[in-house]
Amino acid sequence: MTARAAGDRFVEWAPAIAVFVLGIALWEGAIAAFHIQQFLLPRPSDIGKTFWTSRHLLWPAGWYTFKEALGGFVIGSSLGVVCATIVARFEAIGTALMPVAIAASAIPIIAFAPIFDVWLNPLSPTSKMAIAGVLCFLPVLVNTLRGLQSASPRQIELMRSYAAGEVEIWRRVRVPTALPYLFTALKVASVLAMIGAVVGEYFGGAFNALGVLIRSDAQILDFRTAWAGILVASLLGLSLYGGVVLLERVVVRWAPENRGS
Amino acid sequence: MSTDVVVKIEKVTKVFPRGNVIALQDIDLALVPGEFVSLIGPSGCGKSTLLRIVGDLIEPTSGTVTVNGKPARRARLDHDYGIVFQDAVLFDWRTVSKNIAVPLELLGWSREKRKQRVEEMLELVELAGFADHHPWQLSGGMQQRVSIARALAFEPALLLMDEPFGALDEMTRERLNLELLSIWQQLGSTVVFVTHSISEAVFLSTRVVVMSPRPGRIAGIVDIDLPAQRSVETREDPRYFELVTQVRELLRKRGEHLLPEEEAQLLETAE
Repeated sequence: MTARAAGDRFVEWAPAIAVFVLGIALWEGAIAAFHIQQFLLPRPSDIGKTFWTSRHLLWPAGWYTFKEALGGFVIGSSLGVVCATIVARFEAIGTALMPVAIAASAIPIIAFAPIFDVWLNPLSPTSKMAIAGVLCFLPVLVNTLRGLQSASPRQIELMRSYAAGEVEIWRRVRVPTALPYLFTALKVASVLAMIGAVVGEYFGGAFNALGVLIRSDAQILDFRTAWAGILVASLLGLSLYGGVVLLERVVVRWAPENRGS
Repeated sequence: MSTDVVVKIEKVTKVFPRGNVIALQDIDLALVPGEFVSLIGPSGCGKSTLLRIVGDLIEPTSGTVTVNGKPARRARLDHDYGIVFQDAVLFDWRTVSKNIAVPLELLGWSREKRKQRVEEMLELVELAGFADHHPWQLSGGMQQRVSIARALAFEPALLLMDEPFGALDEMTRERLNLELLSIWQQLGSTVVFVTHSISEAVFLSTRVVVMSPRPGRIAGIVDIDLPAQRSVETREDPRYFELVTQVRELLRKRGEHLLPEEEAQLLETAE
């Protein structure tokens, strides 16, 4: 990256950074100015301190929950891709199932968390992975399917003129066309996976899970630790999202939004 | 039938079930090797439909198309066609050279053989410096040249072009006309070229097939007896103007079938 490009990058990000810093400063200032009780809303600086001092407790808990989210993300997204492929390949299945799938995506899946806990062992990571997985499944299914169906008719016609079979057309046209759609879905799913895992744990889970920790700290009015736990959850969610974005930049470098870099 | 016919179109009729539209009725046409035949006519005359039937991309309702003595389906499976559409139809996820290599990959050519041919084709369409560019980094004219290179890379018996320069500006179009002619003369391919520009059809072709709409029929065929070697000056040749007029009159004779704006569009491109 040239110095000029780095400068442009900074100018691009500067407003967002300014808003973030200003927000934290206002928060810190408001607590001092209005004498807000510590247990209602801790200072950002205190949250930061707790994030560090309770690291032996919070970070392993975060890692535990992150693994659940990651597992659910991988399983749910993979199933979404597999189902999208089947539906795209066999149109009749699609006409029967897609309206149901789209209607199902309006269901607040998280409401099922207590039921998953009963079906699967609530103390095992499996029940949380299931929630995260179900949350990831539908957006990935719907978006990937849309991608697989978006292949340009002209490109397919061209491939047919070269006597290409269905497999070749999938490999060289449908799948590459669907990739940007898939990554859009994976970005959404990465965020949902972390939400699913943490919220799933609010309904009960292993003692060393982040969601359980946040909930119990809030119940004993230890808001500083609860907030520090939320910070851990946010950072982990962001890193999963960031990982997907990095992968996207490598895999679909040619997509309009990744061009020029 | 002698083997001197590349394409034989016999009694081809195409009816689109929706609205029962007769797109083509009783089309008969034969092409000899090395010919450059343009199909011209207003929208709805079935010229693109005819091109697609020749290329076995759609099936005729009745009649037959024979390419190199075999049915169109067989010819397609034997990789006898190179096709160029109005849009370049390039794959954004592939570089220029990998776009040109697509048909070669499908034919199972080795990597070295592909690389060598792609280089030759890039040379031919004067894009040697752009091998590793992506399509979106090229101008419309350059994209269309990539598309032509791809269509010709495997030396198909027949080059089918569906208004390939229709989306380009006049300057680019005239330059690409000249380039296409020089490529055609070097490779000796047989070309079927769909256009709605009279001047383009006359300038490029050895024969111009004028079509009329509703139902799509051949209104007349004009032999273009201009010198084989054509250049910018050809467009100023009196014979060129005579032929343009001849094509225009054939179109006009059928004018009663045209909507006014269709006729206006057709005649304007001849000026």
